[in-house]
Amino acid sequence: MPRWALPILLLLFAPAVAAGPVHEYRLDNGLRVLVKEDHRAPVVVSQVWYKVGSGDEHGGITGISHALEHMMFQGTAKHPAGEFSRIVAANGGRENAFTGRDYTAYFQLLAKDRLPVSFELESDRMRNLSLKEADFRKEIRVVMEERRLRTEDNPQALTYERFNAAAFVSSPYHHPVIGWMDDLRNLKVGDLRAWYRRWYAPDNATLVVVGDVDPQAVVRLAKRWFGPLPAGRPVHSKPRRELGPRGLRRVTVRAPAELPYLLMGYQVPVLRTVRDVREAYALEVLAGILDGGSGARLASRLVRGEQVAASASAGYDLYARRTDLFLLNATPARGHGVAELERALRREVRRLREQPVTAAELERVKAQVVARRVFEQDSVFYQAMQLGRVVTAGLDPRVLDEYVDRIRAVTPARIQAVARRYLIPERLTIAVLDPLPVQGRPPRTAPVHGAGALR
Amino acid sequence: MKAMSARALARAVLTLGLLLWALPGRAMPPVQHWTLANGVRVYFVRAPQLPMVDLRVVFDAGSARDGGHAGLARLTNTLLADGAGDLNADRIATRFDALGAQFGSGASRDMAWVSLRSLSGAGPLGEASGLVARILTAPRFTAADFRRERGRMRVAVKEREQSLGDVAGRAFYRALYRGHPYASPPGGTARSLAALTRTEVRRFHRRYYVGRNAVMAIVGALDRRGAQALAQRVAGALPAGAPAPELPPVRDPAAPHSVEIHRASTQTHVRVGTVGMRRGDSDYFPLYVGNHVLGGSGLVSRLSREIRERRGLSYSVYSYFLPMRRRGPFLMGLQTRNGHTREAVGLLRTELQRFVADGPTDKELRAAKENLIGGFPLRIDSNADIVEYLAMIGFYRLPLDYLQTFPDRVRAVTRTQIRDAFRRRIDPRRLVTVIVGGGASAPESR
Repeated sequence: MPRWALPILLLLFAPAVAAGPVHEYRLDNGLRVLVKEDHRAPVVVSQVWYKVGSGDEHGGITGISHALEHMMFQGTAKHPAGEFSRIVAANGGRENAFTGRDYTAYFQLLAKDRLPVSFELESDRMRNLSLKEADFRKEIRVVMEERRLRTEDNPQALTYERFNAAAFVSSPYHHPVIGWMDDLRNLKVGDLRAWYRRWYAPDNATLVVVGDVDPQAVVRLAKRWFGPLPAGRPVHSKPRRELGPRGLRRVTVRAPAELPYLLMGYQVPVLRTVRDVREAYALEVLAGILDGGSGARLASRLVRGEQVAASASAGYDLYARRTDLFLLNATPARGHGVAELERALRREVRRLREQPVTAAELERVKAQVVARRVFEQDSVFYQAMQLGRVVTAGLDPRVLDEYVDRIRAVTPARIQAVARRYLIPERLTIAVLDPLPVQGRPPRTAPVHGAGALR
Repeated sequence: MKAMSARALARAVLTLGLLLWALPGRAMPPVQHWTLANGVRVYFVRAPQLPMVDLRVVFDAGSARDGGHAGLARLTNTLLADGAGDLNADRIATRFDALGAQFGSGASRDMAWVSLRSLSGAGPLGEASGLVARILTAPRFTAADFRRERGRMRVAVKEREQSLGDVAGRAFYRALYRGHPYASPPGGTARSLAALTRTEVRRFHRRYYVGRNAVMAIVGALDRRGAQALAQRVAGALPAGAPAPELPPVRDPAAPHSVEIHRASTQTHVRVGTVGMRRGDSDYFPLYVGNHVLGGSGLVSRLSREIRERRGLSYSVYSYFLPMRRRGPFLMGLQTRNGHTREAVGLLRTELQRFVADGPTDKELRAAKENLIGGFPLRIDSNADIVEYLAMIGFYRLPLDYLQTFPDRVRAVTRTQIRDAFRRRIDPRRLVTVIVGGGASAPESR
């Protein structure tokens, strides 16, 4: 969840960063620093990644990582509320932050000579956040508005939330990144203070800098600003592994909507949790076979061929920290129902189990991966984002360099093997959005504040 | 550690930075421009660092050309890649995929476009650009493709109907542009789509996808000769045709106007605005810089400070001008929980009145300029950014040095110019207000 404005696409299952070398350092206090040079334009992106996200939260305080992300803009003793954003703006910068299941990250995009501005501000709020009661009371209202905007009034997002809650039983991926509304209502600033003290420290963070910079100079600057910060106490997350699958689960979500919607997820390992990494890359390619380009199977067979879907997509997050889902989602075409759509999608999955993919299909996926590796270098932000994500998930940044070779090594047999092992009904959760009328009735009395989430 | 205060630091670095930016040197390479024999105007920037090419062909063929058949421009645009020459949709798609090339297309109110991102090697670029040429000049528009894509657009209409923000946006255009082509929703309506025919699509393509109605932008690892060959290959075979006729001028709203649409929702979406400005408008820079202060600069804008940062009323609150061929809208928007709608609408109106009456303070104007000028390198730091700017410069016939002179034009704006421009252009007594959600007063009859 970015802190303001329209959502940034969180680049799920979008692979691979450029081949340029990544310079890696660690300060004495444990802060990891990754620097990558890109001299195409006189700009720099600076990102601070904390290894804490909704996946570290327990029941009752869900959404606290994201709420804290909002509070990170509410000031320190040295830079009172609003000052941070004003300084970045006055330096021609753009800034924002985002929270996911595995991370909370903050960034500035700046002309290259302004990098010190980023480091001074980020190092200050890494340890010295004010977290005042009045600021929190106001900001948590903003967070609840964000939840209403993204989820409460968005039937597909509501469906996705219930879907995750059913698909993940013991894993913290069970609850939404933004948190349950009831937990948001009951968060206290004291909860956030404890969360901040626990997770926000140089030894739980990675600084990523990509742009028109000299790595040695960046490290000197990082030492100057972040070096004096004390290390935190080591934090240990409990593993909270997801239970083994015990058969198909179904969820129906009734909400005001114009269209039905179907979500299917198979429990699958990711790069970090898989025993044989080749399986994770095979799942990545499998997502491409289904949805890598307009010529891939979902578009060509379900949208254009059978015309049972108005839209359909597949996704896999190779770099998640925990065991995750291989996702399929689709909206039925006119005159077709979700039951028919489900049958069509499951037929496609069965086909992957029963027949090897063709050489031509596999070559197309690989060609796209190779080309994308070039295209990605057009964005310094994207390059930094990939580095921050893999490192924060506990992976070696070199996995990004390996990516193309790993994809190239995937064979039809391997794809079929992972489909047989993982894309099976035993591991499947299905959620269906069942539309209610959207117009409703005008309220007879003024709505009760805080009851907004009720339907 | 003793640190310079951030304010002092900001000031120190800024002074230095402005000096650097005033010097030539790291500026964007110049825009090269030529015209093909059939009238296509080409704009090219050389970017040799990465082995890739971005290409965008833009036609004056947006929904403003729907001619009463809402959705026609978008349907035509969508169908282009569904079959061309002897290739069907699958063949086209799998060829692009096999080349690693990324093809895209779209249609808004003013423009319809196709885009290509490809590796710059002669093999992939040659084949991918040949496909684009076929898509533009020889689309098939088969009956089966037509029915399917029209059906998908009808589903998309329903999907947008689920988004309160989309509902509010469409209602705003409908209310502001009554009778003008800009009132027509680019995605069409359930009824207008049902009435569209394949003949209309063919006719639309023949009329508007022509050389004298087209602009091409190219950015990438090519020299001038390579770019010329590419442009010729992609669009040289388009018939010359004729430019689209002038759109009718936009009239200012005669009186304030409110639209309320009730929905079963927890939040209410609000849009408040009026007619704004054209691309290339003589008031562009005062209005643009002024709006940056009012609601165009994220959290530090006035609207965000008052409505989000002080009161916690909304997650996203903003204002913008959308300059178009004819005068596009000026609008302010937010979403808030149902019970706070009136308060939020009141705040938007009050802030606008105050801004139109007094303009920005010196301090606010300085901050806006620092942000816009200091942030200028970020606007053109990728090929993806530059190709979009080129297409815009070409389409709206902005000066070729538009980007190079942008910082100076911003720097030259004064408080007086901003106040004067807002007073002449924005009348807070004649605003269009759209309210959608649980906080709206009455159900809409649909």
